[in-house]
Amino acid sequence: MSTTYDPADPYAGSRETTEGRVYTVTGGDWDVTLGADPHGEERLVVNMGPQHPSTHGVLRLVLDLEGETVTKARVVIGYLHTGIEKNTEYRNWVQGTTFVTRMDYLAPLFNEAGYCLAVEKLLGVEAPPRAQTIRVLVMELNRIASHLVALATFGMEMGALTGMTNGFRERELVLDLLEEITGLRMNHAYIRPGGLAQDLPEGSVEHIREFLEFFPKRVADFHRLLTGQPIWQRRLKDVGYLDVTGCVALGVTGPILRAAGLPWDLRKVEPYLGYQTYDFEVPTADTSDAWGRYLVRMSEVNESLKIIAQALDRLEPGPVMVEDKKIAWPAQLSLGPDGMGNSHEHVAHIMGQSMEALIHHFKLVTEGFRVPAGQVYVPIESPRGELGYHVVSDGSTRPWRVHVRDPSFVNLQATAAMSEGGMIADVIAAIASIDPVMGGVDR
Amino acid sequence: MSNDGGAVVPGREEAGYDASTAPAGGFRKGSFGVSGSGDTSGFGGLVRVEPGGAVALHSTDRPYGGWFDEVTDALIEAVGEGTYAAAVQRVLVDRGEITYFVAREHLLTLVRALRDDEALRFELCSSVSGVDYLDSGGPAVAPGRPRLHVVHHLTSMTYRRRIRLEVAVSAEDPHVPSVTGVYPTADWHEREAYDMFGIVFDGHPALTRILMPDDWDGFPQRKDYPLGGIPVEYHDATIPPPDTRRAYR
Repeated sequence: MSTTYDPADPYAGSRETTEGRVYTVTGGDWDVTLGADPHGEERLVVNMGPQHPSTHGVLRLVLDLEGETVTKARVVIGYLHTGIEKNTEYRNWVQGTTFVTRMDYLAPLFNEAGYCLAVEKLLGVEAPPRAQTIRVLVMELNRIASHLVALATFGMEMGALTGMTNGFRERELVLDLLEEITGLRMNHAYIRPGGLAQDLPEGSVEHIREFLEFFPKRVADFHRLLTGQPIWQRRLKDVGYLDVTGCVALGVTGPILRAAGLPWDLRKVEPYLGYQTYDFEVPTADTSDAWGRYLVRMSEVNESLKIIAQALDRLEPGPVMVEDKKIAWPAQLSLGPDGMGNSHEHVAHIMGQSMEALIHHFKLVTEGFRVPAGQVYVPIESPRGELGYHVVSDGSTRPWRVHVRDPSFVNLQATAAMSEGGMIADVIAAIASIDPVMGGVDR
Repeated sequence: MSNDGGAVVPGREEAGYDASTAPAGGFRKGSFGVSGSGDTSGFGGLVRVEPGGAVALHSTDRPYGGWFDEVTDALIEAVGEGTYAAAVQRVLVDRGEITYFVAREHLLTLVRALRDDEALRFELCSSVSGVDYLDSGGPAVAPGRPRLHVVHHLTSMTYRRRIRLEVAVSAEDPHVPSVTGVYPTADWHEREAYDMFGIVFDGHPALTRILMPDDWDGFPQRKDYPLGGIPVEYHDATIPPPDTRRAYR
């Protein structure tokens, strides 16, 4: 048996065997195509993504490698750009909620809350106490769901697949609660300028209390599954290092900054929605690495549970929308035979009893309310860091400009600082520890 | 959407408007805010001035109140009175937030002082965003009132304060110095502002498009960028694209 040279295919020889013809693909054409490496090193440029399960969404990385060491990491984003900021300029102020909620799709209620707080600051109104408490309640539920996805994908990307299945399973419990409260699992459009779309439905408080009872055990299970595991620890410890100086210079906030040791949490340092009256801790770590970020997120889940319990205790009956009829949505929602819609009483009132009510409804729904001209910047603490809304009004019924300072967008800039000089496998750990959500990054 | 991008707005002269003496810069035109719908009532010609306008032209008088004076005094001390007077065109305090309108030549001097001075310590640049004020409810765009604004939101983590710096440039000369040398985090923010508004940040290490494709034409978030929507037919009715629908303003 001898290999034969096929002039048509210089890299694939073939030989005859008793099993038939067998081809030998030799490759090895690197020296021919690239020439001898003048530096005696092997520089390799590897493209990762945008479609890659461990790049956390449609994120593209271009990595310069020497052996397995990353010498340069470049991040390419924009694959999920949907022009939400521009879109809001062509919708009225209330409709804006349904757009911004779709940006960071793991933290929709934070998007809504940030946007609504900005609009309310422009209007000079404040949501009633019950609405504020429910906002805190649903946001903290949302924070748990978001952190669970962060931990789940963290596990998946490190090869701990049970972490992924467990994380998504527990998250479903939170989403069930949010679905019961808002009607939707995601993209709720529940928080509206001036208050909420509707009050808590009957029975939901009891269901949240049940959730609070058994959920700490699930968190403990997660700790048992991952935290003590030697492989998990060795994959995360000393990986993706970024200290406080680096974080602040790169604008990184949220769990990454807190894992570097700075207890910077906007719920504490610039309280909104009455967070200063809740008793909770700001978990920190001093490791500045992926391990610290993992621990901080785990602890934040427990702190959110504490806040939810306190919010439930202080729920007092009352309105969930501002009294001002020039702002408040005229109709109450109710469940009809064909799904959620305007309540029958309201439709009967405007169609059969009051012409003025009909005009009012029509004006507010089609035209919307006016917001006095000016600009505000409202930051809130989303699960990923400072979520800032820079909203400009020119006095009309539509936002003039809505700019979102999305924490994922800013934090993702730290990829190069975290992964250059490290191993290629650690790039995945570093990005997983940033926990970017591409819907928020690209908007 | 009105289309009076020029300096002269019909009806404004009749209303006796003088930008230099107006209490604030926000305008409202028309009684019902409807434009382009053939309004023959005459109310469409009304011009009203609203306080705290989007492009407010006035300056807030000292004292600003609260820590605003403290920060302003520290800033004056850090950069010197002459530089401050040349750099800060006016200061606006509105809704509990302070905005410094800055001449672009002096932007870097100011942000360096704001970050490094012990009494200021604005360590974190939270956000850099662009705003296009073309045809806004505010005063019409004119040589003295450029349409593109770059808004820097700075945060002092030491003192827990936030301020806003605003630099205005025209679309013909959209150059602003990059603050990436002072705040590395501004890198992507500035790329986004360039991508969306065509604002050129001089000194930026790699000012390329970030969200739109590299070969994209135009700057999508400018107000004169065509939306290019198509009418949608639904149940025998035609719904026009968002920018050509009748607008309530």
